[in-house]
Amino acid sequence: MAHAQGQQHPLSVYIWVWALLFVLSTFSYLVDFYHVEGYLRWTLILLFMFLKAGFIIAVFMHIKWERLALSFAILGPPTVLLVLIAILTIEGDYTFLSRGVFFGTGS
Amino acid sequence: MAPQDTSTTMAEPTSLAPGFAGIAEDWSSDQRTFKNVPWGKAMMWIFLLSDTFIFSSFLVGYMKVRLSTTTPWPNPSEVFALSFGGEPIPPILIAIMTFILITSSGTMVLAVNYGYRKDKNKTALLLLITALFGASFVGMQAFEWTKLIVDEGVRPWANPMGASQFGSVFFMITGFHGFHVSVGVLFLILVARKVWRGDYDTEKRGFFTSRKGNYEIVETMGLYWHFVDLVWVFIFAFFYLW
Repeated sequence: MAHAQGQQHPLSVYIWVWALLFVLSTFSYLVDFYHVEGYLRWTLILLFMFLKAGFIIAVFMHIKWERLALSFAILGPPTVLLVLIAILTIEGDYTFLSRGVFFGTGS
Repeated sequence: MAPQDTSTTMAEPTSLAPGFAGIAEDWSSDQRTFKNVPWGKAMMWIFLLSDTFIFSSFLVGYMKVRLSTTTPWPNPSEVFALSFGGEPIPPILIAIMTFILITSSGTMVLAVNYGYRKDKNKTALLLLITALFGASFVGMQAFEWTKLIVDEGVRPWANPMGASQFGSVFFMITGFHGFHVSVGVLFLILVARKVWRGDYDTEKRGFFTSRKGNYEIVETMGLYWHFVDLVWVFIFAFFYLW
């Protein structure tokens, strides 16, 4: 097993991911450059973002080759952030409406 | 495999259960949960997990602020546009900064690889190149901040372009990220020096922890650096492209 001597993998894996990250970054920049708007924009930006993040974590940070006990300990806890996002989305809408009611359209 | 100091690498049983059975086995085993992982690397992961929550709090806070402003949010595509004499180009500097950080991630991963091959010179050189890219990133960020503060009059409490929260969110998030990059550059230079000197070949003890060093430290350093790149991926998407 590779782990006995640390994480050793063929260089080609890294080079491929490296190139892919460049391509994905270019794509997300082009989304902005060509003023893609609406749902298509958010879908594309989020897609490229998650792909980039996934490749960095999986290959560059070696999570792909770690034991599941570590991967789950690292990747599991951040999922609770979804709850925080949900709560603050509701709260944000509420604040927005309250500001509309009490301060008009200013501020 | 040469005998190594038990404080960094422990002899592991050769047969570890794979898959989900492995999770139960690892977590219920004696002494160590994270098999095949040096303690320094496990601790770096725990630190990065806590850092994840710090940056997430910033970004989720930014989401909430942006949802709740009644004045329009400044359009990042215009605010961060740069013109070279002609038409302003949408956030070109940010794109260049993104590419620089990705490039540095690539050189970092190569450094880790050559480290495990015990190629001292290449590892040190690649670490220094990574540090150089990191430093240039911070330099560009300083340029961006200067442009925003001096030319555009953005302040943490107000700005001429729209919602007044824009400044505080921008300075806090990119500032905290820039701080991480700066610390990473120092960390890189420190590790590069040790690699260059051959500390990890002779397993020289560190001046602070008195523990024997080896090339696993380069990988631990790499985790931190990739994390900084990872955070930028999210900042790029949520702050600059949204």
